[in-house]
Amino acid sequence: MLRSTASRLLANVRVAPKAFAPARAFSTTAPSFFASATDASEKVKITLPESSFEVYNLEKPSLELEFSKEALVDMYTKMVTMRRMEMAADALYKAKQIRGFCHLCTGQEAVSVGMESAINSSDQIITAYRCHGFTYVRGGSIKSIIGELLGRECGISKGKGGSMHMFSPAFYGGNGIVGAQVPLGAGIAFTQKYLDIPAVTFSLYGDGASNQGQVFEAYNMAKLWDLPCVFVCENNKYGMGTSAARSSASTQYYTRAGYIPGIQVNGMDVFAVHQACKFAKEWTTSGKGPLVMELNTYRYGGHSMSDPGTTYRTREEIQHMRSTSDPITGLKQHLLDNSVASEAELKAIDKEARKIVDEAVKEAQASPEPDLKEFWTDIYQPGSEPVMVRGREPGESHWY
Amino acid sequence: MLRILKSKAPNSCFRLTSAAFQSQRRLYADQPPPAEGFLPGVADSKLLKRTPEEALRNPELAALSAANGETEKMNFFQAINNALSTALATDETSVVFGEDVSFGGVFRATSGLAERFGRDRVFNTPITEQGIVGFGIGMAAVGHTAIAEIQFADYIFPAFDQIVNEAAKYRYRSGGIFNVGGLTIRTPCSAVGHGGHYHSQTPEAFFAHCPGVKIVMPRSPIQAKGLLLASIRDRNPVIFLEPKILYRAAVEEVPVSDYELPLGKAEVLKRGNNVTVVGYGTQIYKLENAIQLAEKHIPGLSCELIDLRTIVPLDIDTICESVNKTGRLVIGHEAPKTGGFAAEITTAVMERSFLRLEAPIQRVCGWDTPFPLAFEKFYMPDMIRCYDAIKKVTEY
Ligand SMILES: Cc1ncc(C[n+]2csc(CCOP(=O)(O)OP(=O)(O)O)c2C)c(N)n1
Ligand SMILES: [Mg+2]
Repeated sequence: MLRSTASRLLANVRVAPKAFAPARAFSTTAPSFFASATDASEKVKITLPESSFEVYNLEKPSLELEFSKEALVDMYTKMVTMRRMEMAADALYKAKQIRGFCHLCTGQEAVSVGMESAINSSDQIITAYRCHGFTYVRGGSIKSIIGELLGRECGISKGKGGSMHMFSPAFYGGNGIVGAQVPLGAGIAFTQKYLDIPAVTFSLYGDGASNQGQVFEAYNMAKLWDLPCVFVCENNKYGMGTSAARSSASTQYYTRAGYIPGIQVNGMDVFAVHQACKFAKEWTTSGKGPLVMELNTYRYGGHSMSDPGTTYRTREEIQHMRSTSDPITGLKQHLLDNSVASEAELKAIDKEARKIVDEAVKEAQASPEPDLKEFWTDIYQPGSEPVMVRGREPGESHWY
Repeated sequence: MLRILKSKAPNSCFRLTSAAFQSQRRLYADQPPPAEGFLPGVADSKLLKRTPEEALRNPELAALSAANGETEKMNFFQAINNALSTALATDETSVVFGEDVSFGGVFRATSGLAERFGRDRVFNTPITEQGIVGFGIGMAAVGHTAIAEIQFADYIFPAFDQIVNEAAKYRYRSGGIFNVGGLTIRTPCSAVGHGGHYHSQTPEAFFAHCPGVKIVMPRSPIQAKGLLLASIRDRNPVIFLEPKILYRAAVEEVPVSDYELPLGKAEVLKRGNNVTVVGYGTQIYKLENAIQLAEKHIPGLSCELIDLRTIVPLDIDTICESVNKTGRLVIGHEAPKTGGFAAEITTAVMERSFLRLEAPIQRVCGWDTPFPLAFEKFYMPDMIRCYDAIKKVTEY
């Protein structure tokens, strides 16, 4: 019924983009750790702690899950590479090569990696400005991410946007206006339902953003039309300098849609994130409508590079999170305990990640600044623009 | 038209030593590092009043010098802070709110206020711009003084409906039963060197199209304090745009007592006979430099520089008086050219001074592109472009 009423309006909906070629770091390291293909595909059983989930109006997902060894090593590789990449961005910013805004996801790696491991390229993701990690797992190369940060031609948005403005075919960005991306997620999910694609859209926002009115507008539309949309509150405890409790009347973000069931997840555990996202995909694509998912996580650094991140929280708090809940350390322990990889092999992955990132940084640095002709591209569809764009002074106009 | 208001609070209440300010380290912030490169001229602008004598020579401050001529060195954000503490001290119904303002805000403009006036009067809101403005409108409708901060002018758009349909029309809609004169929305605007798409825009023209709100953009600390106090006390909703690159770059000796500068009144910053040059905010310094360059290179040229200060209401009298004398007009602003406020000034001048014009009016504005990160220096209506426009009207 939804389809018939909307079909006239949506005649031009495009089919979901095709799978994106994976970036180099995804696969090169993993296979070398296994003696054979059978070894690589050997399954490892994982049991999640009872505390992994809290639920609201639904049944907890199973705590039992299974991964191939290869998949585990792949997750580990992505997480350490991502962290390396953010460390490189941090250094480039401090060296004044990256200017303006730069929001790192260090500490939050399990969110993007866990989510990506549970979905495929017909599923969609849209998030806010803390987007480097998602860009990477959704196929953006490290060079194109660092290049964007540096404002270079090789940047994923041609160097025209910078830190907050990154996109890839199955990733709708990179959105700088707090909360604005959330209703977009509902719209993307609508097209999936409309086209009968068994896929889900994850529409992410922060604990701070959760108070924007549009979030609630999007909840309502999504439930009204039972869209395959998962509203994911990435709760890293702070929105800039304001702690969740000081911005939100209820910090039980997973219950805040009332009429939409919710799940709270340990977002520092990549397995819990994986399981929750898999569950959410099954739920939403089986016609049960939207879900709200709260991922409890933590950002180690400041809100952005100009924030030391220590004036509104204690150094002890950060240290405590790092030493007890680090998502990479947690995964590493699993790999060792299950004899998936040895300490030395994991070290080799770390080393390789560093190498890949260092190379990508060098390549990005070698890329030129975008050509001035890009100044007036991407404003209108080519061929449909106004005849000219006015310049800064009379006579200075760009004629298309 | 200066009004001097007696403060109920002890003077010390809003005497913030600059040392105290300087000791306040930059805390967390969604703030770019200090800008560099794109704003030549502020540091040695002749327009900034660096001594108490210069500060008080301003005829608009004449009355003040007799009453209380004390001044203090302040940068732009300190002057804003000083005006806010004056407002809080003199009006018990006034409150200051916005994202992270009780910690001082991204640009430190509200630092120390929560400690001095209490957290019930200076408080943080959630990230909810539409809510912030709507909430302020409700408060102002009761007759209270609501001083809202929108963290960056780029984030005012979620509140667009509240400003355009609610705040601006409340008086008209209710036939004068209600109004939201007590509402002032402060917001940092304009380029900063590397702000990119969402930390650089100057949205005055969107709001200039909307009858019922006033729009103010000061150029310096003295102006900022006087205009902000006037905006807060004005009985209309006011959008107060603060060019963020000036927060630290512009420093003046600012009178410490309570004073207002008039809204709706442009200021002639430099007299001249051949070209009228009009701008506001940061652009004033580029125009100042362009004029210096032009007067050096074009023998006998003298330009008149006018700071609008208030965009709405527009002081067309001051502009036309000047254009009637010079016959030439150059207008500069950072926002894109098409539909920009320069277009409005141009038309208004044409209507009144058409036969006096010796050359087509020139607009030196931003490009009709989104505000670019990588191309900021190409986007900006910089000194050279302004100079070219002055040259062009003189040679026409
Ligand atoms: C509409 C809007 N208002 C304000 C801002 C400034 N701002 C950028 S990020 C941020 C905090 C958001 O916090 P949260 O949603 O928790 O995300 P996190 O940074 O923790 O990932 C604010 C206030 C903005 N970008 N857009
Ligand atoms: Mg947060």
